[in-house]
Formats: sequence, structure tokens, C-alpha cells
Amino acid sequence: MAMTRVLSTTLAAAMAALLLGAPARAEDAHGGPVPPRVNWSFAGMFGRFDEAQLQRGFQVYKEVCSACHSMKLVSFRNLTQEGGPHFSASQVKALAATYQVKDGPNDSGDMFERPGRPADTFPPPFPNDQAAAAANGGKAPPDFSVIAKARTFSRGNLTFLYDWLPFVGYTEQGPDYIHGLINGYKDAPKDFALPEGGHYNLYYPGHIIAMPPPISDGQVTYPKDDKGQPVVPETTEQYGKDVGAFLMWAAEPHMMDRKALGFRVILFLIILSGLLYYVKKKVWADVGGEVHGLQPELHKAW
Amino acid sequence: MSGTASTYVPKSRVAKWFESRLPIVGLVHSSFIAYPVPRNLNYFWTFGAILAAFLGIQIITGVWLAMHYEPSATGAFNSVEKIMRDVNYGWLLRYAHANGASMFFVAVYVHMFRALYYGSYKAPREVLYILGVIIYLLMMATAFLGYTLPWGQMSFWGATVITNILAAIPVVGDTIQSLLWGGYSVGNPTVNRFFSLHYLLPWMIAGVVVLHVWALHVTGQNNPAGIPIKSGKDAVPFTPYATVKDVFATVVFMILFAWFLFFMPNYLGHADNYIQANPAVTPAHIVPEWYFLPFYAILRAVPDKLGGVILMFSAVIILAFAPWLDTSRIRSCNYRPIYRQFMWVFLGVCFLLGWLGSQPPEGGYVIASQICTAYYFAHFLLVMPLCGLFETPKPLPGSIVESVTGPGRQISGAGMPAGAAAAPQVKG
Repeated sequence: MAMTRVLSTTLAAAMAALLLGAPARAEDAHGGPVPPRVNWSFAGMFGRFDEAQLQRGFQVYKEVCSACHSMKLVSFRNLTQEGGPHFSASQVKALAATYQVKDGPNDSGDMFERPGRPADTFPPPFPNDQAAAAANGGKAPPDFSVIAKARTFSRGNLTFLYDWLPFVGYTEQGPDYIHGLINGYKDAPKDFALPEGGHYNLYYPGHIIAMPPPISDGQVTYPKDDKGQPVVPETTEQYGKDVGAFLMWAAEPHMMDRKALGFRVILFLIILSGLLYYVKKKVWADVGGEVHGLQPELHKAW
Repeated sequence: MSGTASTYVPKSRVAKWFESRLPIVGLVHSSFIAYPVPRNLNYFWTFGAILAAFLGIQIITGVWLAMHYEPSATGAFNSVEKIMRDVNYGWLLRYAHANGASMFFVAVYVHMFRALYYGSYKAPREVLYILGVIIYLLMMATAFLGYTLPWGQMSFWGATVITNILAAIPVVGDTIQSLLWGGYSVGNPTVNRFFSLHYLLPWMIAGVVVLHVWALHVTGQNNPAGIPIKSGKDAVPFTPYATVKDVFATVVFMILFAWFLFFMPNYLGHADNYIQANPAVTPAHIVPEWYFLPFYAILRAVPDKLGGVILMFSAVIILAFAPWLDTSRIRSCNYRPIYRQFMWVFLGVCFLLGWLGSQPPEGGYVIASQICTAYYFAHFLLVMPLCGLFETPKPLPGSIVESVTGPGRQISGAGMPAGAAAAPQVKG
């Protein structure tokens, strides 16, 4: 018995050494600043998108980002969605009409341009990826339809152990990264070799990003309140939050439906499992009760 | 398809007419109603039912997804997004299918650990157990094929890595690879083929599951004490006792499933898979889904490609030899004081391998992977045979009832009705 104890202690110690030793090395490989956590309204079990914020975020996308970044999978009509920016149907119709959409061929076989309709997807700023790349220093700016789900960052090796848990969980890396990136433009450290046409960004992997700082304070004029003041500050910090929230919605337009349904499903399952537990207890009482779990009786002698 | 005489007695004339022509009602009755179940089964034994539920969920959601999915290199990514955005409850179908696959693997790993811990692989259940290993292999193939279908970056590069692995097989490797590719690289024909195979394999799983249940029907269930049913008191009929317990456990497990599905639907996936596949851009780290990580760590532990492939496949195949590698005549670890500790160490090594598989293959991670890989195989090739020879097991209880109550005490209730002593009770 003593020997087995020694054996298991040795193995446990070896494993602990492996576990603790390896992350120390990983710091070198994955280290780097982590985007700050924004207090998103849509995070957590009861998270909801803030309509006004999504509308502002859309404004930022439309006036700034959309000059280079397409959003091919999102339609104008989506903007009317509940649990989204929730613009009125007439607003969206008018908005769509301001875009020119390529359609056709018509009866004489020609392609033609017509004003956009709510059912159209957002027309991309460049006709194809090659044109986008040529106009942007050799690399096409990524599409924004699912960008908030396509970006993440590592906060360390073992956060996965608790990031999925209720209340302490964390799944907003995508929008946090977007907000961080927009506000992450800094002067490069002295010993950092920044190539021609590159910009230093704290949160971009490798820190060298081709995109110049996309937005500056006061660039987008937000709606005013009664006193003639903007409803929220017109700062890069706020623009980053608003466009981050908007892009999260664009990537996950049914998030609020999903969370609402999920809450009801889980509540139902908890009640059902409670009832089933007592049904099972009653059924097993006929044969003198059931044996539970890991059978403590068996472990006593050990 | 019967190893035991059925106790089913048809009552109506129609039932009698049917039973004398195709005794399928009697078969279901003897497998799921009158079937004697050891009364000491703990919750580890409910994972068979949970797995059956997930096979059903995956097939139903999968068939519906296939109605909207477009298997082509240009259309796959957008059709999946179409499902997410425009199909009614498409997001629910897709997230249920993606997270359902993960939950399927959670359940199968618990089920497999149960089999190893309680010695369910030993005589007379070797065939039952090997059928289980085959189901696991088919599940892995199905899951891999399914993960490629959204045609994101991880799909594409995962497919590239795995098909390149197959090319390392001597003689037939190249043929297998170009058969899977349908060309000279991963591309449009590959998505098409993978979709076809992804739709085919679940039905093969379902077929082997039938064999698995059949073999179980013949040998009867193992139990935490690892001793056979000796009298009617040791067993209870499957329905209602095991049925209600299985349903309860399945519903509890569904809470975990629902949590991921509704609140963390992308947690178990990888962000890169929301970037459309691009053969010109390699992701910084190509990582498989979490349930393959231990095997991925084993693959990368070996500097030689062919050697890595051989070890990775051996890591799965070696499971099938457990019945003959284990020399102990005692089934349950509850009565094996030394092997029991090795079992938990083995579990720890598997977790560690999984974590190492998620890290970049460099420096200390590779060394740690090599140590863990060596331990993984040593568990089967050294610990299993030697423990059985040198370990002094604890005395086994006289019966299943005694294992529950302690020696000499009685248990209330009848257990199996008299005369229902079917063959499983003496065979186990």
C-alpha cells in the first residue's frame, strides 16, 4: 500500500511539473497585451443588444468601414430585424435606394445598374478580391459579415477551464478584439522594425497592420439629445464599442432569440429533471432503493 | 437475433399472428423491458442511453441541414451562413448539430472510461467491446468529415493535414489520398466526396450500434462489482428501473448540451473556421476539434511522419486489444487497489495529451507529448499485463446484493420476478 502511495505521489508531482513548466515557456510564444474587456450589453445569459448602439455602430460602418470592407452576407432588410438595429421598413427602403446594385441580364442580355432594394445584400466596395487587394497595398480588406466570430485572441493557456462556465464565462473575445484593434494604434517601440506601409498596433497579431488608423475622434457625427449634445461621446473609444456591437450583431443576428429560447429550454430541462428524479426514486423504492454513484460502501475498506 | 428465450407473451390475436411470423416485438421486449439489469449499476451506466439519444439528435438535425447545405468549394461557406441567417431556426439546427457532435464525444469518452475502469471488456464481453471500438472509429471519421463541411479555414487546412497523413501509408497511401481529394489537392470534389461520406457513415454507426446492443443482449451488462448476476435478487427488470434512470440521466446531460448550444455555441469550435477557406493563406496554428487533440499530440510527438501516423492509429487500435492485454481475472477496479490508481493516472495523461495537442509543436510541449505518448502505450503494454500478475486483489463480494448491503444483510424488494432468470444471469 505504501508503495502505491509513493507511486501515485511521484506521478502526480511529475504531472504538476509538466503542467506548470510548459505555460512558462508559452508566455514567450503567445505573450503580448490582451484587448481590454468591454462591458457589452449583449454578454451573458440575459444579454441584449442595445438598439441605439447598433444604429450608431451601423452609422460608423456605413460612413467609415464600408469604404474598404464588404459585408456580403448581410441584407438591407436585416436592419429592420427585432433584436437588431430595428430601423423602420421605410428607413431601410430609403437607405437601400441610395446604393446602386448591379443586376441582370435583362431581356436584351445586358447587365444594368438599379437602385438597391431591402432584399439586396450590401454591395461590396470593390468588384472582386483582386481589385480590393490592388487598391489596398496587396491584401484585400476582410469581409465584415462574420468578422466578430472570426477573430479571437489567447489570454493564456488554461482559461479554457473556466471560460465556459455560467456567470464567469467569457465568449466576447471577437468584439473585444475589434474595439481593442481600433484603439490599439500606438507609436512603435524604438527597437521595433516597422516595414514601409505598416502601422504599429498593440493588439494585431505580430503588431504590423497594413490598415492605417481607420477612425479619429469626432469623425462620425452622432445623433444629438434635447440639449444639442451628442448622446454619447464622439470618440474613437466609443466608435470602437459601437461598431464592435454592430459587427457582433451582423455575425450573429439571432443571438437574442437564441438566448431567450435557451433560457426557457434550460428552465424546462431543470424542472423536468427534478420531476424525473422523484419519479425514479419512487419507482426504485419498490425494490429497496437504488445504489448511488460511486458506491461509498465499496470504498470504505480501501 | 436472440441469445435468450423471450418472456414476451402476445395477448391479442393480431399480436400472436405477427409474433409467429416476425418476433420483433418479443425481441424489443426481451432487450428493453424484461432484460435483467444488475441492480448496482451507477450513473456511468446511463451513458449508453445518452449516446443513443445523441445519435438520434445528430441524424435528425443532420438530415435537415443537408436540405439547405450546398457541397461545393464556392458555395459551402455561404450556404452554412444562409442556414444561420435565413432558414427558420437554422441557427438552432446548425448549433445543435455542431455542439451535438462535441457532446457525443463527451458521452463516448465517459462510456469508454467506464468500460476500462470496470473491466467491461473482459470475457465474455470482448466482442461487445470491440464493436464499441469500431463505433468510436466510425464516429471519429464522421466527425472529421463533418468539420470540413462548413469550408472555413480550419475545415480546409484540417482536411489538408489529415489527407496528407493518409498519404504516408505505404503502397496504397497515394491512391487513398487522391481518391479522397478527387484531384491533385483539396478542392471542390473533396467537399463533395466528404459530404457524401459524412452522410453515409452515421448509418454505418447505427448498424454497428444494433450489433453492439445485440452483443449486450447476449452477455448481459457488467456492473460496478464486476461479478455476474447469481440470483433474481441481484437484478431488476430493465423497464421501469433502468429506463427511468436512463431518461433522468439523459435529461440532466441535455442541460449541459443546451448550455453550450444556446449560450456558448462557438466555444468548442475555432474562430478561424468563420474565415472562408483560402488555399493561399495558412492559419497560424492548425488545430483539430478538442476531441481529437490527444491523438494529434501523439501524431506530433514523433519527428517522423510515418512513425507519427502509425502511433496515432495504434493509439486507437490498441484499445481493441485490451481484453487480451489485461491479465487480471478481476473486472472491476473497485477490487484492484493498484491498477485502480494507474487507471486515474492514465486518465490524467489523456487529459494532458489533449492539452498538449492544443499547443504549438515546439520545445517543451514536444518533450511533454513524447513522455505522455510513451506513458499512454505503457499503460496498455506494461501496466495492464503486469498489474494482473503482481497485484493482490481485494476479496470479491459474494453477490451483487452483498456488494451493496455488505455481507450477511438482506435487501428488501423482490428484484427480478421468479422464473425470469434468463440466460444473461448465468453467462456474465
